[in-house]
Amino acid sequence: MKAVKEMSSFDVEKIRKDFPVLSQTVNGKPLRYLDNAASSQVPNLVIERGAEYLKKEHSNVHRGVHYLSQKATTEYEAAREKVRKFINAKEAKECIFVRGCTEGVNLVANAYGRKFINEGDEIILSQMEHHSNIVPWQMIAEERGAKIRVIPMNEAGELIIDEYENMLNERTKMVAVAHISNSLGTINPLKSMIETAHKFGVPVCVDGAQAVPHIRVDVQDLDADFYVFSGHKMFAPTGSGVCYGKREWLEKMDSYQGGGSMIYTVTFEKTTYAPIPEKFEAGTPAIAPSIGLGAAIDYLNSIDLDAAFAHEHELLEYATEKLSKIEGVKLIGTAKEKASVISFTLENVHPHDIGTILDQEGIAIRAGHHCAQPVMQFYDVPATARASLAFYNTKEDVDVLCDSIQKVIDVFA
Amino acid sequence: MSELSDLYQEVILDHNKNPRNFRDIADADKTADGKNPLCGDALRVYVSLENDKVKDVAFKGSGCAISKASASMMTQVIKGKSKQEIEVLFDEFHKMVTGELDIESDENNLGKLKIFAGVLEFPARVKCASLSWHTLHAALNDEQEISTE
Repeated sequence: MKAVKEMSSFDVEKIRKDFPVLSQTVNGKPLRYLDNAASSQVPNLVIERGAEYLKKEHSNVHRGVHYLSQKATTEYEAAREKVRKFINAKEAKECIFVRGCTEGVNLVANAYGRKFINEGDEIILSQMEHHSNIVPWQMIAEERGAKIRVIPMNEAGELIIDEYENMLNERTKMVAVAHISNSLGTINPLKSMIETAHKFGVPVCVDGAQAVPHIRVDVQDLDADFYVFSGHKMFAPTGSGVCYGKREWLEKMDSYQGGGSMIYTVTFEKTTYAPIPEKFEAGTPAIAPSIGLGAAIDYLNSIDLDAAFAHEHELLEYATEKLSKIEGVKLIGTAKEKASVISFTLENVHPHDIGTILDQEGIAIRAGHHCAQPVMQFYDVPATARASLAFYNTKEDVDVLCDSIQKVIDVFA
Repeated sequence: MSELSDLYQEVILDHNKNPRNFRDIADADKTADGKNPLCGDALRVYVSLENDKVKDVAFKGSGCAISKASASMMTQVIKGKSKQEIEVLFDEFHKMVTGELDIESDENNLGKLKIFAGVLEFPARVKCASLSWHTLHAALNDEQEISTE
């Protein structure tokens, strides 16, 4: 009964009105936006906040004594504080603004890697990582002479934790793992994985890109050393993102990019560096997108977020059940703990063809390898089709998806 | 759905289901691999030549209906043709799927390959249709690998 009551407090039609993009038609059909894991849509509050900033408040930050520069700085730093509260970081200075999750991982891989990873050391990744949490680590491993080790997963798409625990040793210098898999939807048991790593004194860098728009994240409760995410997957504009790091690590690491803002004094003989977070924010930052990210957090705080997440989870279960009843559909990723992502294949039909036909019905899904080729290799498929949900999706979206998949089957019958 | 039925015509669906010359050639004179990293399509084209003409051609790999049907029909069309004739077809095919050649008004040698003109309405699928042609072109010019991204 409690669940039913919570659901009733969530009015999806009202929420949908906050997202102007959703009311359009595509190919003559109402848009069914099911590509949220690639990028989510932006509510009016964020659009208007961005416009207001550009109309009335824009200047460079941390530089001028004039009114606009101070205003821009105040708003930019206010957005940082909103981020802190949203992920429950201890201090705002631990939240570095980056241009997206990829830049955040590159920051950690480079700045941490050059300081702490040496020849013969090991970096642990998992089978289900997005390329952005693989390639930066491979690059630094090659540079430092370190080795990559990979946590395997089972057929359902769950990490095999026993193997992970056996992998940790005194040479391990980093564990980099996704909170939620973008291609499978698996929610990893992060808290216990971090606890285990810490027993070996190993820090953990979490790719949180798929988690922040779908579940509550508390970096202190998780005890994550680094937690990285993009704004554009959580209803903010592209070009925004956050690299959270514990102060103790950020202070020990050297800067990753050089330039303005990140210095204390510069002479040709020697440069001294600014404290965190400026130390890692070289050059003029993405001011408008970061303020937009702050507005997206305001938006999430303005709705009943727990009810929104509950609605989304109910949709996931509804879609999973309905899709698995369609003959020829195979779900890829059936972990017990799952969020918002439904990857699937259709017998004798390539995902690309599924994507094109669904598009004609107004449905936006992703077809491809989802920047997770090792996952495709694991399941021995060239690609999958992926429908990914947000709380503004409806049962009708799922129904139209399923009806249209039937049409795909008919075309290729 | 009319544009969609232009794209997925019976002939294309048939070639997808039963691709012709879908095999390898053990002692091929030329081979090349074509990849579309965006969607994961990957195919290998094999060519045997005799007196500078294509004696046999085949392909293997995985891909969507459009890329498979395009490769299948390509192998049918180019058998017996010279390198020079194939270059002309490659150029015309490329121009057709990118809209630079109008199959109704511009003179061309495309014949049954004209069926792929429908792909023009689906910009995301142009590379699917042209992957096998780029791969063939690479094989004939002694390049071993191409990527359409």
